[in-house]
Order: sequence, then C-alpha cells, then structure tokens
Amino acid sequence: MRIDKDLVAASATPLVLGILSDGDLYGYAILKRVSELSGGGMQWTDGMLYPLLHRLERLGYVSSLWGTSDAGRRRKHYTITPAGRDALADRQEQWTVVANALRQVWQSTQGPSSAIEGWA
Amino acid sequence: MAPHAELEAQIDRWRGYVQRSRAISPADVDELEDHLREQIADRQATGLDDEEAFLVAIKRLGNLDAVSREFAREHSERLWKQLVLVPECSDDANASPWRELAVVLALAVGAGVAVKAGFAWIDDGAAMMRNLGLLVFPFLAAYFAWKRRLTGAMVAALIVPFAALAVALNLYPFAPGGATGMLAALHAPVILWLLTGVAYVGGRWRSDKRRMDFVRFTGELAIYYTLLALGGAVLIALTIATLRVVGADFQPVLDDWILPFAVPGALVVAAWLVEAKQQVVENIAPVLTRVFTPLTVAMLLVLLAVLATAGGFADIDRTLLILMDAILVLVLCLLLYSISARDPLAAPGLFDVLQLALVIAALAVDAVMLTAMLTRIAEFGYSPNKIAALGLNLLLLVHLVRAAWLAVGFLRRRLPFTAVERWQTRYLPIYGAWAAVVVVAFPPIFGFI
Repeated sequence: MRIDKDLVAASATPLVLGILSDGDLYGYAILKRVSELSGGGMQWTDGMLYPLLHRLERLGYVSSLWGTSDAGRRRKHYTITPAGRDALADRQEQWTVVANALRQVWQSTQGPSSAIEGWA
Repeated sequence: MAPHAELEAQIDRWRGYVQRSRAISPADVDELEDHLREQIADRQATGLDDEEAFLVAIKRLGNLDAVSREFAREHSERLWKQLVLVPECSDDANASPWRELAVVLALAVGAGVAVKAGFAWIDDGAAMMRNLGLLVFPFLAAYFAWKRRLTGAMVAALIVPFAALAVALNLYPFAPGGATGMLAALHAPVILWLLTGVAYVGGRWRSDKRRMDFVRFTGELAIYYTLLALGGAVLIALTIATLRVVGADFQPVLDDWILPFAVPGALVVAAWLVEAKQQVVENIAPVLTRVFTPLTVAMLLVLLAVLATAGGFADIDRTLLILMDAILVLVLCLLLYSISARDPLAAPGLFDVLQLALVIAALAVDAVMLTAMLTRIAEFGYSPNKIAALGLNLLLLVHLVRAAWLAVGFLRRRLPFTAVERWQTRYLPIYGAWAAVVVVAFPPIFGFI
C-alpha cells in the first residue's frame, strides 16, 4: 500500500524527532528505521530527508555533529535537543487527537478498522 | 578499490553533477554521498551487482532537481546568487534578460526625468528635499513590482501609504527653515525604503527569511551603488579635467543634466545588478563585515573614551549628538548585514564574540547619548529635534539590549542562530512606524515649526 504524499509530509517531522529521541542517528539509519517502523509502507524520497533535517536543525530541534563511519567516510550524526523534545511532545498530542477522532469515525462507519493502528 | 573502479567513477560523476547545484553545499554533498554509499552497500548485500545497486540507490535518492529545490527552499541564503525566483518555466528565461534590461533602463531614465522635473518645478529647496525620495522611490518599487509580478491588491497596498506620505509631506504648512520639515525630510526615506522592501519580498513581508533577504539586498545595494558612484566620479573628473584644458565649461551640464539623471538612475541600475549579478559581490560581503566589525568596535571604544574624558554630558553639543546617532545607525546596519551574511547553521565562533562586542560597545555609546540627551532636555526643555533623537535612541537601546541578550544565548549554545536573526528582522518595521510618527504626527504636534 502506498501512503499519500501529504500524509507522509505531515508525519515526517514527528517521525524523525521520535526516532532521534531514542538516540543519535545519521540520515540513512533514520530512513531505515522509518521503513522498519512502517513495515516498508512509508517510502520517502531519500534525498528529501536532508533538507528536512537541516530545517529541524535551523529551528533548533536537532543538533548535528560530523563523525566518521566504519568505512572512514565523513558522516553527519543528528541528536534531538530539549527544544526538539518539547516540539515532539506537542506534535504527539496533536496526533493523538487526530488519531482518536479518526478511530471513532472508522468505528462509526465500520470501515477498515485496522488501517489506523499503524500510525496512531 | 580496483574491482569497484566503475562504481567509484559513477559516484564521482554523480558528485560532480550534484555539486553544480548551488543550493547544495559541499558538506551536504558529503552527507548525500555517505547516504548513497550506504544504500549501495545494502543493495549489494542483497545480491545486486555494482551497476544495479548504484541505479537503485540513485533512484531512491529521488529526482535531483526536486531535491535541490527542496535544499534551496531551506537554504535560500545559498541560492542568493540565483535567487530571486529562478524562472518557473525555462523558455521564458531566454527572452527575459534583454527585456529586463530594457525595463531597468526605462525605469532608471524615468527616475532621472522625475528628479529633473522636480528640480524644474519645485523652487523651494526644502520642499524639494522632502520630495526627493517620493520622486525616486516609485521607479525602484515599480521594478520589483514588475519583477515579482505583484498582484493588483499588493500594488494598491503600496500606493496608499505612498500617497498618504506624499500628501503629508506636501500639504503640511511647514515653516521655512523649521525643524519639523527637516525631520520629515530625513525620516520619509526610511518609510519609503521599507515600502520598497514590501515590493522586494513580493508582498511576503511576514516571512522572516524574506525580510532577511531584503536586509542582504540592502547591504549589497549599498556596495554596488558605491562602486557605481566611484566609477562615475572618476569618469566625470577626467571629463571635467580634459574639457577644462580645451577651455569648455562642463560644470553646468554636469549640474543640470548628468547628476540629476545619474544619481537616481544609478540606484535603479544598482538594484538590478544586485538581483542579477549577486555572485560577484557575494564573496566580498562576509569579508567586508569581518574587516569592518572589529574596526567599528575600535572606533566606538575611542569615541566612548573621548566622550568620557570630555566631561559634563550637558556640554556635548547638538552636532555631536546628531553625528553619534548617525554612527549608531551605521553600526546597526553593519550588524544587520553581517548577520544576514552569516551561515545560520555554523557553530558560534570568534566572529560572533566580536559581534557581541560590537553590540555592547554600541550599547555603551547609546547609553551615554541617552544620558546626554535627557540632561539637555531637562536643562533646555524639549524641541522636535530632541524628541525625535530621543525616540530613535530609545528604539536603538531596545534593539541592542535584546540583540546582546540573544547573542549571549547563542554563544552559550542555548539558542539557535535563528532566534538572533528573527529578533533583527521582526524589529525592523518598528523603525518604519517611528519614522511615520515623526513625518505625520510631529509637524501638527509641534505646530509645523
């Protein structure tokens, strides 16, 4: 199943912040984690992750540090900041409201009720 | 290495291609390359050969144009060179340079004609001074309105305050040689400049990024204008000298025709140059701010020392106060410009400490000025000049105190650089509001003296 583009865009920030709140990661690892978490359902255009990370950095939600990979290449690691955690908590509340509302709608229309669990 | 030589060559070619995008910095390319190689390694692990793995990785990275556009949106300061508004459809890009040049030249001549007509029809020197900005501004704003394709509503929103300003400047019965008329003439350009800014940002004046772009534009414009003026001065000096040898008097032609056309026309041309040829100056801007920031700190410290040893503040005379105000405004411009030229993602460094020193030195000078002004007002009573200067100094004080506070936060890594930037860009309209008060409200309040 392909997730709608707008939905991917809207969930990108909380997903990245949430993933980083478990520990520092570099870009490729973040994308792998997104893919794992969504069971491969969320396919991002890989290149778009970096402008997003840079925006989060400009907003002060993440900070970055250049390190070295096992193969000796330059690699940029991202860390969530306290401001980023606040933003994440805020987003989480918003998504909970949306997810709750959607769940009730699904129940009342008796539609595919399993769809929501994936990203609630 | 050898077994993967072809893969390495492909990655090299890809790097070369990505580097051509101005929005993607070399560090970003490193980051993307690391990503690409990881992806390739993962694909190889699943059994793909080099070629296939590379193709899949490239595909997953996405359309490079779209990605670089996304980078551009995030890092508009890098795109500053090819900003402003890369033409959406490329076929219109080929035709537009010549048409743009024609528009620019027409507007430059138009500004010259307006100024010349102003000199011809407005006899009163003071009235002409009040109107000078009004005569030049519409042409500059018209250029941006054309370039940004402003909507009718936006144009109307620019014309209304412009007309209001024109009415106030011309219908108020200013007393000849009075202070309020002079103050109005001095403050009107500030309002006009901010209106130009609204046109420059294409009406998106609420955006902090666009406002910063306008600050950057202002700095570049000053540099280009200075360069044009220097070149023009050399040409004129040589012409005068040569014609004098032959016995012809060039002065009347110069005063009556060349200067009224060249001075305003050069402003429009400079604005166009900044738009079109940013990269020429772009590399100079950070250098200039780095050279002048420490020099300005030194200058402020010397001034402070001189003021402190000069004794009683009440003795500081008016000319000195005006000069000091001019210096403070200049310091502020330097500060704004260097902030706009800085890479917002760079970590705090020595230069940021210097900038903080500049702000603190300016604060100290401002505090001395305020004390002197309050003493003068207490001793001699108030006048329009003193209140206008006092207001400006209070605005500067608030601006600088907050800027210093945020700069300390940034240096201690408590705040992102955006916080520093945002304060600067958000505060700017307040100067416009104050200028509007001085132009519109001061004359009636003080009885047009």
